[in-house]
Amino acid sequence: MTFTFKVNGKPTTVDVPADMPLLWVLRDVLDLKGTKYGCGIGQCGACTVHVKGTPTRSCRTPVQRVQGSEITTIEGLSAEGTHPVQRAWEAVDVPQCGYCQAGQIMSAAALLARNSNPSDADIDTAMNGNLCRCGTYLRIREAIHKAAAMPATDSNGANRTSKSDKN
Amino acid sequence: MDTKTPVDRRQFLRVSALAGGGVLLATYIEPVANASARLAGAPKSAADFEPNAFIRITPDGSITIIAKNPEVGQGVRTMLPMIIADELDADWSKVKIEQAPLDTTKFQRQVAGGSTATPTNWMPMRKVGATARAVLVSAAAQTWNVPESELTTSASTVVHQPSNRKASYGELAAKAATLTPPDMETVKLKDPKDFTIIGKGMPGVDNHKIVTGKPLFGIDVTVPGMLYAVFEKAPVYAAKVKSANLDEIKKEPGVKHAFVVDGGQQLQGLLGGVAIVADTWWAARSARSKLKVMWDEHPTSAQSSKSFDAQAAELSKKPPMRSLRKDGEVESAFGGGNKVVEAAYFYPFISHAPLEPQNCTAHFKDGKLEIWSQSQTPEGGRAMCMQTLGLKDTDITVHMLRGGGGFGRRLNNDYMVEAAWIAKEVGVPVKLLWTREDDMQHDFYRPAGYHFFKGAVDGSGKLVAWKNHFVSFGDPERMAASPQPNTPLPFAPSAGIGATEFPARFIPHFALEASVMPLGVPTGALRAPGSNGIAFATQSFIDELAAAAGKDPLQFRLDILSNTPIAQDPGPAGAPPGFEGARMRGVLELVRDKSGWGKTTLPKGTGMGVAFHFSHRGYFAEVVQATVAKDGTVKVDKVWVAGDVGSQIINPLNAENQVQGAVLDGIGEALGQEITIENGKATQSNFNTFPLLRLKQVPPVEVTFKITDNPPTGLGEPALPPVVPALCSAIAAVTGKRIRSLPLSKQDLKWA
Repeated sequence: MTFTFKVNGKPTTVDVPADMPLLWVLRDVLDLKGTKYGCGIGQCGACTVHVKGTPTRSCRTPVQRVQGSEITTIEGLSAEGTHPVQRAWEAVDVPQCGYCQAGQIMSAAALLARNSNPSDADIDTAMNGNLCRCGTYLRIREAIHKAAAMPATDSNGANRTSKSDKN
Repeated sequence: MDTKTPVDRRQFLRVSALAGGGVLLATYIEPVANASARLAGAPKSAADFEPNAFIRITPDGSITIIAKNPEVGQGVRTMLPMIIADELDADWSKVKIEQAPLDTTKFQRQVAGGSTATPTNWMPMRKVGATARAVLVSAAAQTWNVPESELTTSASTVVHQPSNRKASYGELAAKAATLTPPDMETVKLKDPKDFTIIGKGMPGVDNHKIVTGKPLFGIDVTVPGMLYAVFEKAPVYAAKVKSANLDEIKKEPGVKHAFVVDGGQQLQGLLGGVAIVADTWWAARSARSKLKVMWDEHPTSAQSSKSFDAQAAELSKKPPMRSLRKDGEVESAFGGGNKVVEAAYFYPFISHAPLEPQNCTAHFKDGKLEIWSQSQTPEGGRAMCMQTLGLKDTDITVHMLRGGGGFGRRLNNDYMVEAAWIAKEVGVPVKLLWTREDDMQHDFYRPAGYHFFKGAVDGSGKLVAWKNHFVSFGDPERMAASPQPNTPLPFAPSAGIGATEFPARFIPHFALEASVMPLGVPTGALRAPGSNGIAFATQSFIDELAAAAGKDPLQFRLDILSNTPIAQDPGPAGAPPGFEGARMRGVLELVRDKSGWGKTTLPKGTGMGVAFHFSHRGYFAEVVQATVAKDGTVKVDKVWVAGDVGSQIINPLNAENQVQGAVLDGIGEALGQEITIENGKATQSNFNTFPLLRLKQVPPVEVTFKITDNPPTGLGEPALPPVVPALCSAIAAVTGKRIRSLPLSKQDLKWA
């Protein structure tokens, strides 16, 4: 069956089974590998994306349910990785293994979009569905506060790359 | 420690042999000659400076440092290059990091395990960097015709102050490439006070890729023409496939192949099952939901957690199968008016549950195997593939991908040999991906353990006797037989105990004894293996003895650690370095002062607990403050950590992260984690029944390092063990009830 929706602003049509979770459409059909598989039952939050701005567990979302929707993944959160949450995550050095962090960042970005200055309790409530097996939780809290205090754009954000990029 | 199983022991001995450095460095110094082994893919130019396998400087000034070890979140891909870059005096902000492939000829040990990367690489990596720096200095000296002694280096530049000349490393690369590097063993190293990168907090080198969702992990690998596989194994470990509805499965949408894999009986190796290969993973997964497999009977299908509990209780009443250590006259010390305490402790099987489920991509073509894996022991995985598929090591290429957590799970390579086997069968590249349920039900679990303790304190409150009958898993016949010299004890993997485990050596009358039960469930090293359970039992029982002695539990520990230890048999080469009482006292005193132990007035319902543990060469003492509601609900308020891992914290930013993570990991394990075995299989299958710690449960964790004049050692593991008993003692301080069994979610913590 074909389904049409927007992913990171781009109109997209896929021909897949109606029950295929959005997670696998993103990863294996559209080659967007940033959204992660952790549990498949909506327990860990590693697969979190935004559907019409709402943080959504893509592992439990059949593709037919997002027909006509606007979807944002970690790859589309910002063009250059300069969303305040992404910058704060780097500044605080949140990741250990890094596997859960795309989901954490998507949940955090959705929190800040509706609450620009969250308390610890607000953060705990919004982020409690995102597991971090490495236990970077203290830095997640810190980075969300830092992101809340940041301007929305990064004047130094152009051409940011990882040290492990080859070029 | 990772020295308790045959496999781990071999690894440990190998590290020790290399730690001396001679052999190790000889291979590092060989220039990279084989173009096919080059990492960046760019052809080597004669003007590139490659003094060893780790460093490449090109005339355009680009500096690349190779990260040799598997990265599973411990930060080693950042930390080892930092050491090289500092001695090289490179500009860290511009250095590029590349992951090495598996090549133990060039890079020697490439393992993520046992917190070994720091102790085994600290000096070698410094020498690697210093050697390259020395060549660049020589190149500048020859170019300018000045003495080397007048040259200094900083930020990838050689400076000649007297003539105010400067040359970048890039400008010197072509000249340096013509010079012979000096002897690594005698090259001059920096005075630690001159470090500019080591000791500075450096964010992880992959952070930007992580926060922007770039493909990075094993699960993200894509190979042209790749198919996707799922693999259903027997719920009772190593049972074989009797029959399966393969014809039906082959008709399912997208399915390209469905076949039985025979497999063997080695729990670490290829086990029997059914592979389904399809054009998407979801298609393979969907087809699997229709799979019906009949499994053969298996002799371990009657095993259960309940039966283990009953057997352990029986064994505790019998003479032990083996004595592991005996000092003094422990039985007579239990008489003579001493106060005697007896208690039985238990901790359950638990799963590693790294957030990235096991997966591996493999391509078998023309007798050659190419593998993409996030194994913690890629060399071991390659060996298993060689053996199982009948290949030579030169037939196999292993790419090392970032792992979404390790915690010891990826020390085993079952997923790797499965992917290799399936790829060989289908002839095109295949990505095997396990479901979370596969991952949790086919783990190499932290083995459960039973400790039957008896201890005595004398009239002055001094600990005088300690007996531990440890009931674990292994081969009962061999355990009961006469010990054979140079033969590892027949414990199941990671189910053993060291004969020097505290309080051994620190008290006059001591006995450590063991009995084992047969086990059909796979076990293996989980972060701080052995220690993560033993510390809970041992340190909790120390608290019981402190109470019997009427002593403060922290002071009671300091007193024991102040005893002159019994001289330790040096043992075979590679035995872990001895536990020093003074270093542990140092961290205990530090955590006492940081936490305000004994000086803080706590509200009713709030308590503090303290514990320490030595593992992986690291000394850690921790205090937990916890509040217990009358209904038994536990809230961890704060954790104070004091650690001694030697003279240098290489990357303080990551060091704090690792220690906080280890502490939170331990709290999560203690609060609610348990794998129960029924009918020979694991009961829990996902995070709804095996709870990981969540943000709302996370307390502040204050970390302080005590810098001591000892070689730097690793941090992935040793901070975990003490938090479990410290938390249990904090709870006991409130409820008055000692916790002798985990997880806490199964204990009655109500109080009035």
